[in-house]
Amino acid sequence: MRELVIISGKGGTGKTSLTAAFAALAENSVLCDADVDAADLHLLMQPQMRRRTDFLGGGKARINPALCTGCGTCRALCRFDAISERFEVDPIRCEGCGVCVDFCPVAAVDFPVQRCGEWYLSATRFGPMVHARLGIAEENSGKLVSLVRKEARQLAEERGFDLILTDGPPGIGCPVIAAIGGATALVIVVEPTVSGLHDMERVLDLAAHFRVPGMVCVNKFDLNPEMTEAIERLAGKRNVALVGRIPFDPVFTHAMVAGKTLFEYGEATPTHRLVREIWANIIDSPSMNPLGIVDFNATIH
Amino acid sequence: MIISIASGKGGTGKTTVATSLAFTLGSRVELLDCDVEEPNAHLFLKPSIERTERVDTPVPLVDEAKCSFCKKCSDLCRFNALAVVGRRVLVFAELCHSCGGCLLVCPEGAITETGRELGTINFGHRDQIGFINGQLRVGEAMSPPLIKRVRAAADPDRITLIDAPPGTSCPVIAAMHGADFVLLVTEPTPFGLHDLKLAVEAVKLLGIPAGLVVNRADIGDEAVFAYAENEGLPLLLTIPFDRRIAEAYSRGTLVVEELPEWRQQFVELFDRIERLVGRSKETPCANW
Repeated sequence: MRELVIISGKGGTGKTSLTAAFAALAENSVLCDADVDAADLHLLMQPQMRRRTDFLGGGKARINPALCTGCGTCRALCRFDAISERFEVDPIRCEGCGVCVDFCPVAAVDFPVQRCGEWYLSATRFGPMVHARLGIAEENSGKLVSLVRKEARQLAEERGFDLILTDGPPGIGCPVIAAIGGATALVIVVEPTVSGLHDMERVLDLAAHFRVPGMVCVNKFDLNPEMTEAIERLAGKRNVALVGRIPFDPVFTHAMVAGKTLFEYGEATPTHRLVREIWANIIDSPSMNPLGIVDFNATIH
Repeated sequence: MIISIASGKGGTGKTTVATSLAFTLGSRVELLDCDVEEPNAHLFLKPSIERTERVDTPVPLVDEAKCSFCKKCSDLCRFNALAVVGRRVLVFAELCHSCGGCLLVCPEGAITETGRELGTINFGHRDQIGFINGQLRVGEAMSPPLIKRVRAAADPDRITLIDAPPGTSCPVIAAMHGADFVLLVTEPTPFGLHDLKLAVEAVKLLGIPAGLVVNRADIGDEAVFAYAENEGLPLLLTIPFDRRIAEAYSRGTLVVEELPEWRQQFVELFDRIERLVGRSKETPCANW
């Protein structure tokens, strides 16, 4: 079982459009949208939902005014400033630590489990898909990412799929850490800008920290060819394989507006050919074919 | 006044808008880069950094000589950051949310606190513009506590501009909570619209007045404009797709420096925001 995770550090570099294009080229794969915070892959995949499951996070405090004596213990102990002078809990500030629950002398604080979102098992024209939606302003995005990846893996094992294609979140924090741990390899989609280069460096540090091998694909490379070269030099220095360059091409936006993947939209242009080559480079890469053992020589420096 | 610049979807132009607005307003503002996972504003504003502070969050330190291995700490911890195994107490510092519950519950007084590094905060300025950014330590999962620390460092006498992270979960909330206005930046594509809707839900939940900037306004389709009109979300600025803007951005040049004709647009953007904030003070959340 192999899992390819597409990430970027910086948002909006083309992760989801490329994941969708790869989904159209991959054979025998399960799709997984691990960007649970602002999931977009379903807009191109139009999944037919087969099963919907609630995602339960931790508890949050709720003070029962009938029991509360107003002694102020909870307010004094809460480090998150979540309890008002009138002894009401601000659900946005509440961290869910339960200290107020445990130390209330009259047991006036309830701690109901929160429904933080939901996850779905769906069918698409390119195979099964596992995706999710985290509730607005919710925590626990890392847990939900881990959950959708685990479900995708289980599904792939049960039904004999040998590849999981995972669309990752931006950044380097909790959801990204949850998205890359234990992946076979990463594809990092970078745009040739000062911020693209900066964010790629931090995401490479993160991948090196968790010992996951990676590859780099430069999107919209012609916006700044010098920056593209700087990105490719950095990739070389950090033991990251280059899988290709894609020019700025409005065809991606046009396909998105049509709700289609690149390969379902329009004529076969040079961009179509390039993305096909990039996919071949990825799937034939040494890091995606690790012969069953972790190859530390392939990990990012 | 605190203005938070957010988007839902990443890469729509939050940093471009935040830095251009800061540059246009000059000494009246302080820019806080709260996208601590991938902070970029400094690449465009190019501030000189005067000092850097390491930021820690408290995590438990157990003195096993005093510990009676009663497991009260591990039973209390909702984040599984403590485990008592035989006559050892294991602390998983990276899971700790720093609530201090274990210290309070320990009957032996065996727990004190040490620090886990969240990252660093950099303080500087570009000309008269104040600048602060947070930089999450690589490998650290929790960004909200660092974002809160960056915000706590803001100068209350200046207009605070916050460059928020993408998404709609806890880091974004930490960057919007308590703001007087949220400026949402999107692009008119299905992804941009979908994530804008999520961001609008978050802003409504917090009860903050908001306005919209549409970047690369001539790519994609018209659906974003129709949505904003239906929702009563005021459209404050549109920026067309212009290869000169994209190329200037790629080199780290501010739009308002490369194309000075844009300065007036950002002055007017700020005027519109001020008017909306003033109106919302009279009738809270007038635009929702």
